[in-house]
Amino acid sequence: MEHGSLTDLSSSTFSLIDEDHTLANSVRFTLNQDPRVQFCGYSIPHPSDNKVNIRVQTTGDPAKDVLKDALQNLMLMCKHVRTTFDDTVNDFRATEKVEHIDINSDR
Amino acid sequence: MGVDNSVTLESFCKNLKIEVIELTEDTMEFDMIGIDASLANAFRRILIAEVPTMAIENVLMVNNTSVIPDEVLAHRLGLIPLNADPKLFEYLSEHDTPNERNTIVFKLAVSCKKGSPRLTVKSDQLKWLPGGSELEMESPTPSAKPRTYTSFSRSQDSMPEFANKPLGVKHQDIIIDKLGPGQAIELEAHAVKGIGKVHAKWSPVATAWYRMLPEVILLKEIKGVDAEKLVKKCPVNVFDIEDVGKGGKKAVVANPRACTLCRECIRGVNEPQVELRRAKDHFIS
Repeated sequence: MEHGSLTDLSSSTFSLIDEDHTLANSVRFTLNQDPRVQFCGYSIPHPSDNKVNIRVQTTGDPAKDVLKDALQNLMLMCKHVRTTFDDTVNDFRATEKVEHIDINSDR
Repeated sequence: MGVDNSVTLESFCKNLKIEVIELTEDTMEFDMIGIDASLANAFRRILIAEVPTMAIENVLMVNNTSVIPDEVLAHRLGLIPLNADPKLFEYLSEHDTPNERNTIVFKLAVSCKKGSPRLTVKSDQLKWLPGGSELEMESPTPSAKPRTYTSFSRSQDSMPEFANKPLGVKHQDIIIDKLGPGQAIELEAHAVKGIGKVHAKWSPVATAWYRMLPEVILLKEIKGVDAEKLVKKCPVNVFDIEDVGKGGKKAVVANPRACTLCRECIRGVNEPQVELRRAKDHFIS
């Protein structure tokens, strides 16, 4: 849900349902990386309701597009973390196995 | 502040490093370097609350004459960790019928005979029923085959995913209940897929945490007797002595990971010799 003015598309507040700090803080971080963003922040109106308000103010571009780009960036970052993590774990497992073989061959 | 917040996607991808310190079946310890606190916290929150697992949800009681009430027994059964890969199952919602793709059925039937000593019911007595529920529902019309509480169209052990790894509990020695002479339990437990947000029994981790790497910086060279005093002060041996030619001793920071930031090394010294900080983008365990 987007709350904003019809004439000025560069600032609006997005209300996301069924979200909490997990997504909101990460999106706020990626929004901060974008040079088009003048101001961004998030708040949780009440901890019992599962709602998050994300406020975006940009230097002219429509806030919706900037938010979409930030979410896309977040997805790509997470994908990269996932691949790096998988590669690291596989390398670790491979070196572990090699050590095991060495130990066994001593006996 | 030390960290440049204007990190772009390419530089993030280049700078991110993950190092695995320890990896066993039950625990994992790894370092993440070059990531922001908000992402690290998001991963921690997701690990605890949003990774799905299988856990017992519905318990059909046939007979329970033990001292543990039905609901407490059902709660205990829900908390038992199961050896089932949640990726092979679908979620079961209120309107779905339980079938072999979204439910695992276990049976527990134990009784303690009169005259025998107390019996401890452990989790290895939960038997997997690959063919589905065996309890029959009351049918309004006398039909040829009575319906059971699940509609399995095929037995789960004929499915290729479960051929090599039979489903069961993870640990065989969890005490579920204790029976005195003459008491018995007969029940059927249905396990479904869920996430930790709904109930903690579906959380796959015992816990997940992180901390930031402590940075211990010596502001000036500490030599000789002062060096030895500093090394002795630290309760976790962060500092070490390095011999610098001609019998001179210098203190160096050997193991900053172990530092608990107890500030013992700063106590009792008039001028600042040691500075303690946390690296803002290095997350360890």
